[in-house]
Amino acid sequence: MIEFFKLYYEHLPAWWPQIVPAIGNTIGLTAGAYMLAVVLGLILAVGKTSKIGPFRWFCTGYIEVVRGIPSLAILFLLYFGLVPLGIVLDAFTAGFIGLGLSGSAYIAEVFRAGLEAVHKGQREAALAVGMTPFASFRYITLPQAIRVVLPPLLNMLIMLLKDSSICSLISTPELMLRAKDLASEYFLPMHVYLLIGVLYFALAFPLSLLAKMVQKRMSSSRRVTE
Amino acid sequence: MSDILLRIEDVIKSFDELEVLKGISLELKRGEKIAIIGPSGSGKSTLLRTINYLEIPTSGHIYLDGELVGEKQVEEKFVRTSEKMLARFRAQIGMVFQGFYLWPHLNAIENVAIGPQKVRGISKEKAFALAEEMLAKVHLDHKIKEYPERLSGGQQQRVAIARALAQEPKLMLFDEPTSALDPELVGEVLKVIHELADEGRSMVLVTHEIGFAREVADVVYFMDEGVIVEYGPPEQVFEKPRQTRTKAFLSQLFSH
Amino acid sequence: MFDLAQTIYFSKVLMIGAVMTVKITFGALIIAIIVGFIMAAIRTYSKIRLLEIMVNIYVEIFRGIPPLAQLFIIYFGLAYAGVKLEPATAAVLGLGLIGGAMLTEVFRSGLNALHFGQREAALAIGMTPMMALRYIIFPQATRITLPPLGSYAIGLLKDTSIVSAIAAPEIMFYARNLVTSTFQTTLIYILAALLYFILSFPLARVVDRLERKQRAWT
Repeated sequence: MIEFFKLYYEHLPAWWPQIVPAIGNTIGLTAGAYMLAVVLGLILAVGKTSKIGPFRWFCTGYIEVVRGIPSLAILFLLYFGLVPLGIVLDAFTAGFIGLGLSGSAYIAEVFRAGLEAVHKGQREAALAVGMTPFASFRYITLPQAIRVVLPPLLNMLIMLLKDSSICSLISTPELMLRAKDLASEYFLPMHVYLLIGVLYFALAFPLSLLAKMVQKRMSSSRRVTE
Repeated sequence: MSDILLRIEDVIKSFDELEVLKGISLELKRGEKIAIIGPSGSGKSTLLRTINYLEIPTSGHIYLDGELVGEKQVEEKFVRTSEKMLARFRAQIGMVFQGFYLWPHLNAIENVAIGPQKVRGISKEKAFALAEEMLAKVHLDHKIKEYPERLSGGQQQRVAIARALAQEPKLMLFDEPTSALDPELVGEVLKVIHELADEGRSMVLVTHEIGFAREVADVVYFMDEGVIVEYGPPEQVFEKPRQTRTKAFLSQLFSH
Repeated sequence: MFDLAQTIYFSKVLMIGAVMTVKITFGALIIAIIVGFIMAAIRTYSKIRLLEIMVNIYVEIFRGIPPLAQLFIIYFGLAYAGVKLEPATAAVLGLGLIGGAMLTEVFRSGLNALHFGQREAALAIGMTPMMALRYIIFPQATRITLPPLGSYAIGLLKDTSIVSAIAAPEIMFYARNLVTSTFQTTLIYILAALLYFILSFPLARVVDRLERKQRAWT
């Protein structure tokens, strides 16, 4: 057991300078993918309830199809599959677009549930007191929808953080890829992967606590809307 | 057949260190209606729950129609019976809970019919016919297909009463049946219970509704801190209580 | 440019992988259900504080670390420690344990949703404890847990794609092999994606229906 930790003591000084920028990349990758997913997700959610037929069909179809395909397959398609068509993305770009595209389908469902959770009558009541449709969305629907949406949105962020690790399979330079390189370079897979596991956990756990806290807060104040 | 339907014999119930029932004995004649009153924490609900062995007495015995409930006598000793035997006794005792406890995955008529069907092995058609009859008895024949979620508290409690009636029980137990209800819904439930009392059913009623207890009960028991402080006909207990604790409880009630 | 014969050939090869994908999914699902149920029962009913804490730690750790990292720990890490697992075995084990952590929450909410009074009411009308479980508790628990369980199964099916990274011979593994021998990246990866979609779509429909049914009931 002591032997086991001694190896960390020996190697950590050499590993650490390589790992730190990789953590930065993982965070950047996650943040980029998340922003893309939120923006696309919002568009898809609105599109799914749109009155314009083709737009609605496209959004509905997109959500269904993307939810049925592993992120890894999407990443491979973007990174390798587009090359014959003359589109060459670097691994980082392919990674963040791929994660964003697959994440957006889930986030769209989250937004839709949020909008549906606010009863139609509330909007009508807002219009009845003389609010414009925009004001009723801004002051009545949105504040309530956010309460429903915030906890699952945070959970999606955690999901994306973890999913970003699979970008290593298309050689995006992030934490997991660095881990693979170190593991094969030093022949210490157990040490490296455990360390990497701890690092991911250290990134995800505060978010998970935050999500739980928000959830508790929200569910105590949500009853009002129901 | 003896005249005594229910006999509670020196029942003691402790939860860990806390003794909730400190030796309770009472008898109920066939067709008799007993009301148990007392402050919260007096042990009255626990007592009611020992009658059908939802609460197992630490010592003491329960007899229904002269037969031991939940136990059997082997030579001189009392031993617990199997769950199956126990279930057979419970089937003879209807119970109505404070919290209704309807089963949300079943609609009103299914809630009432599942007992006859699964416990007594009656055919589905007969069980549903019986259930419909019982729901009519509680004036809910127009709500038989509703799920509990869509019923008001008073309606839910009436379904729960119908569910108990469908057992065709020898004895009905009511555990504060109106305490969880909004004030305006109390009346409809009390009315149903009153009608059942008028049919001459045997019942034990734990309640806070003093006025109702007085109207319906043949005997009123006042419990406090795990003992029966006094009992007697309602006029006597309510108007001429002999014990100071009873007086204190009643005067506190009416001062509110 | 489009070659039908080649497409059929690719599809056939990928189908071999699909069988393994389904096998891994089922294996992991069974482990996840068993582990998740036990953990949920401990969390709900255990009075031993230490046991509860251990379950919480298990859930947090397995949910907080990327599946790929856990897979590498189990496969490469254990091999280094002298335990050599088949790739498919490591995949089933790894995904199953991760799933167990996910399902702990699902089963726990299923168990929690049932008020103890429900069971008491069943006993009071003369049901035996077994009957109460069979007619009252089980039907409700399944209705509550089935939709999230279905969603989890879909997620799991897709997550099996990452086990190609430890060379378990499933869809993505065969896809990558085909790519190295034919360089038809676009076609092969589209076919692979399509195959996943075909596998998951019926499941998604079932989950959808269950969710709608549940909404009608509550």
